[in-house]
Amino acid sequence: MKLPASLAALLMLALVGLPTPADAASKERLVIGISQFPSTLHPSFDSMLAKSYVAGLARRPITAYDPDWNLTCLLCTGLPTYEDGTVTDETAEDGAPGMAVTYSLKPGMVWGDGTPITTADVAFAWRVGHDRETGFDAYELYRRIDRVEVHDDRRFTLHINKRTCDFQGLSDLNLLPAHIERPIFESGAPGDYRQRTAYQTDPTNPALWYGPYRVKDIVTGQRIVLERNPNWWGESPYFDEIVVRTIENTAALTANLRSGDIDMIAGELGIAIDQALAFEESFGEDFQILYNPGLFYEHLDVIQDHPALKERPVRQALIQAIDRQAISDRLFGGKQPVANSNVNPLDSVYYADLPKYAYDPEAAAAKLEEAGWTIGPDGVRTKNGERLSFTLMTTAGNKSREQVQQVLQAQWDAIGADVAIRNEPPRVFFEQTVSKRRFDGVALFAWLSAPESIPRTTLHSDQIPSEENSFIGQNYTGYANPEMDRILEGLETECAPETQARLWRELQTLYATDLPAIPLYFRANSYLLPKNLEGLTPTGHQFPSTLWVEEWRLAE
Amino acid sequence: MLSYTATRLLECLLVLLVMSFLVYGLIGLMPGDPIDLMISANPDFTAADAQRLKALYGLDRPLLERYGTWLWAALQGDFGYSRLYQQPVGDILLPRLGWTTVLLGTSLALTVMIAIPLGVWAAARPYSRVDYGINMICFAGISVPPFWLALILILLVAVPFQAIPAGGMGEAGAGLLERLRHLFLPVVTLTLASIGGFTRFMRGAMIQALRADHIRTARAKGLSRARILIGHALRHALLPLITVVALSFGTLFSGALITETMFSWSGMGRTIYEATLGNDYNLALVGLLTATGFTLAGNILADLLYAGLDPRISFQTASDGTGGGSTA
Repeated sequence: MKLPASLAALLMLALVGLPTPADAASKERLVIGISQFPSTLHPSFDSMLAKSYVAGLARRPITAYDPDWNLTCLLCTGLPTYEDGTVTDETAEDGAPGMAVTYSLKPGMVWGDGTPITTADVAFAWRVGHDRETGFDAYELYRRIDRVEVHDDRRFTLHINKRTCDFQGLSDLNLLPAHIERPIFESGAPGDYRQRTAYQTDPTNPALWYGPYRVKDIVTGQRIVLERNPNWWGESPYFDEIVVRTIENTAALTANLRSGDIDMIAGELGIAIDQALAFEESFGEDFQILYNPGLFYEHLDVIQDHPALKERPVRQALIQAIDRQAISDRLFGGKQPVANSNVNPLDSVYYADLPKYAYDPEAAAAKLEEAGWTIGPDGVRTKNGERLSFTLMTTAGNKSREQVQQVLQAQWDAIGADVAIRNEPPRVFFEQTVSKRRFDGVALFAWLSAPESIPRTTLHSDQIPSEENSFIGQNYTGYANPEMDRILEGLETECAPETQARLWRELQTLYATDLPAIPLYFRANSYLLPKNLEGLTPTGHQFPSTLWVEEWRLAE
Repeated sequence: MLSYTATRLLECLLVLLVMSFLVYGLIGLMPGDPIDLMISANPDFTAADAQRLKALYGLDRPLLERYGTWLWAALQGDFGYSRLYQQPVGDILLPRLGWTTVLLGTSLALTVMIAIPLGVWAAARPYSRVDYGINMICFAGISVPPFWLALILILLVAVPFQAIPAGGMGEAGAGLLERLRHLFLPVVTLTLASIGGFTRFMRGAMIQALRADHIRTARAKGLSRARILIGHALRHALLPLITVVALSFGTLFSGALITETMFSWSGMGRTIYEATLGNDYNLALVGLLTATGFTLAGNILADLLYAGLDPRISFQTASDGTGGGSTA
C-alpha cells in the first residue's frame, strides 16, 4: 500500500526535525520538565531530588554548597568558626565532649505572607525534628542538637552533644513557619504531623514559602506552578512564573521538549547521558546542551566475603583489566570522567597523587599469576581449588549500566575471570540484595554524597549491615580495616586544617590501594536548555541549580 | 431478575473479600517494605529508628494480623493514608478514577464506533480487497506497541502542530476545549491500539451471523442488503461484542499504564504502578481492589444486557420446578 504523499512528507519532517521551539521560553513563563514528582513539599520529610529541585525555587537552606563547591550561607550572615568565637567546645548534657555553634540570621528575611523569619522558627523546627515520633529524615542531626538557645530574633546557638568537624554546614535544619505550623503540630500526636502539616493540607499557603517564588498551584503527579514571591527579600527573579512539569518517561520528556510543551529539561532529574548525546546529535543545533559531571560516583562494590575477591591483588587486577577511559569515551562521549577514588576531583579535599590504575590487561594477568591464580583448563583462573568466578549485578533496565556490564564481562573474561551477569529491578537490588549484602560478587551502582562528605557509612567497619543491627549501615562490601576506621574517626573529630588535609590524603590513598570498591566514573547530568537561557549553572552536587534561580534570564 | 442480581452482587462481595486477602498477601510478600526503603536511602538511620518505625507502622506484626486490622478499618470506611502522597487513599484515587474513566471511556466509545462499521464492512465483503485492507490495519494496530505509537504520534502531531499538547491534562479550571486538546493524543493512541481487536471480533461475529438461517430467509424475502446487514445480522452479531465491551468496562477504571505514563496522564494505571513500586501498600491495595470491583460489575452488566437484547435468555428460575438457579 502506498503511503499518501502528504502523510509521508509529514513523517519525514517529524523524523528529520522540524523547526523546534528552542527559544520558546518567555519572560512570563518558563516550563521545566523533570522525571519525578515530589511525594511531599514538607522540607523535612521524604528526602528526594524532585523535592529539593522545586524547593530550591521557593525556600532556602541555612547553608549550602554553591556552584563552585564552596560552603556558603544562604540565610545566615557568616559561617561559624572557632576563630571568631562563634564555635566553642563545651561538655554536653550527657557529659560527652560537645560544642556550641552560633549563627545569625540575615536581616530582613520574611515568609511569603510578610511575617518576619526569626529564631523562633529555628527553635520550632528543632523542636519538631527532635521529637523522634515526628519521623524527620535527618533525625540524627536533630538528635545531636541537645537544645537551641535563642539570643534574640536573629541570633541562636546550637548546643551539640558531639564534637565534629562538619559543624559549619546546617542545610538539614529546615526552617518551619512557627506561626503556621506550631498550632498544627501541637493539635495532635507527633506521629500524625506528616499528614496534618500545612505543607500537605494547604501547600499553596504563601506563609510556607520564602524563596524568589512561592507555590501557586499543584496538580499531584503532573505539575507545580510557582509565581513570584512579592515578599522575597533578595534579587528579583527574571521569570514571572515557573512551571515544573513531571513527565516520567524520558523519551516522552524529550518529545515534549521538541513539541514546545516544556522549555527545558532539568539536569538534576532529566534524561540519561546516552539519551542526551543522541538528542544532541539530532537537535543539538536548536538547544543549549550542558553536561556536568558531579557527585554521582558510579562504582563496583566488591563483596569482601568472596574467596577470590577478598584478596587485594585480585581487586587490583580487576581494575587494571578495565579500560575505563574507553568506556567513558565510547559509551558516554567522554563526558563522564574516570574516577580514581570515591572523592570527586572537583572536591576541595581531592588528593591528586593517589594510586591510579591505567588499563593494562597484561599487568593484571601477571598480578593474578603472582597471587597464585593460574589459568585452568577451561580458561578460568583457579587457586587452591577455588575458581575466579563471581556474579556482576546491577539495576535491571538501566541501559547505560547494562552496556558497561557487557564491557566489564568481556574484559574480565580476557584475564581469566568467569563473570555471570544477574540483574534485578532497582527496588529488589537496593532494598534486598545490596543493602542486605546478598550479592556474591560485584554490584554496579552509584553513590551521591555532599562535597567534603566523610564516607563513614560506606567504609567504617561498624557500618556493615547485618541481621543483628537491622541491616543499618552502607558498608555493603563488608570492608573492615582498622586503619580506615582510624582515618574516618580522625576526620570526624580532628578539625585542624592540616590534620584534615593529611587524613583526606591517607583516606584516598588507602581506598585506592585496598579497593573496597572499584571506581568507574563520575556520572554527568545533562541539561537541555533553550538557546537563549543564561545564568543557569549546574552544581554537580546535591544542592540543585534552582537555588540560584535569580540568576536565570533570557538573552535579549 | 432481582434475585439473580442480588445473588451476583453477593458473589462479587465474596470475590472482593478473597481478592483483598490475596492482594494484601502478595503485596506483603513482595521484597522490601517502607522501612527497608528508608534504610537504603538514609545513611543516618539507626537500628533503633528501624525498630521504632516498624512498630509504628505495624510492620513488626504477622501479615494475617495486619490484614485483619486493615480489613476492619476498611469495613468502617477507613482505607488509610497513602505513604507516597501523605493523603487519605480515597482523596488520591477518586480524582484519578475520574481522569481514567474520561480517557478510557472516550477511547472505548470511539473504538466501538469505529470498529463496528469497519467490522461490518469487512464481513460484508469477506476475502475481498476491502477485507484484506481492513485486516491489515487491524493487525498493525494490534502489533504496534502503545509506547512506540505514543511517541510517533507526539512527533507527528504535537511537534508540528503545537496546538495539540504532547502531554499533561491542562491547567486547573481549564475549559472543555483545553481539556479536549490534552485528551486528543492519549485517546488517539488508545483507540488506534485497541481498534484492531474489536474490528476483528466484529468481523468474525458478523460473518457467523450472515451464515445464519434467518439471514437466508431474509434474503429470500428480498430484503435490501443494507437492511439485512444492519437490521438482522448486526443485531445478532452485537451480542458477543457486548461481552467484550462489558469486560473492557473493568479496564476503564484500572487505567492504561503505558499511555498514562507517556502522556503524563494522572490515571489509575500509573497510580497503582507507582504505589506498588513505592511500597505504598494502602494505595496499591485499594487501587487494585477498585479495578477488581469494576471488572466484576462489568461482568454483571454484561449478563443483564444479554437478557435485555436476547429474548432467548431469561433470569427466571425454571417453571417446572425441576431446575434451580439461574440459566444465564
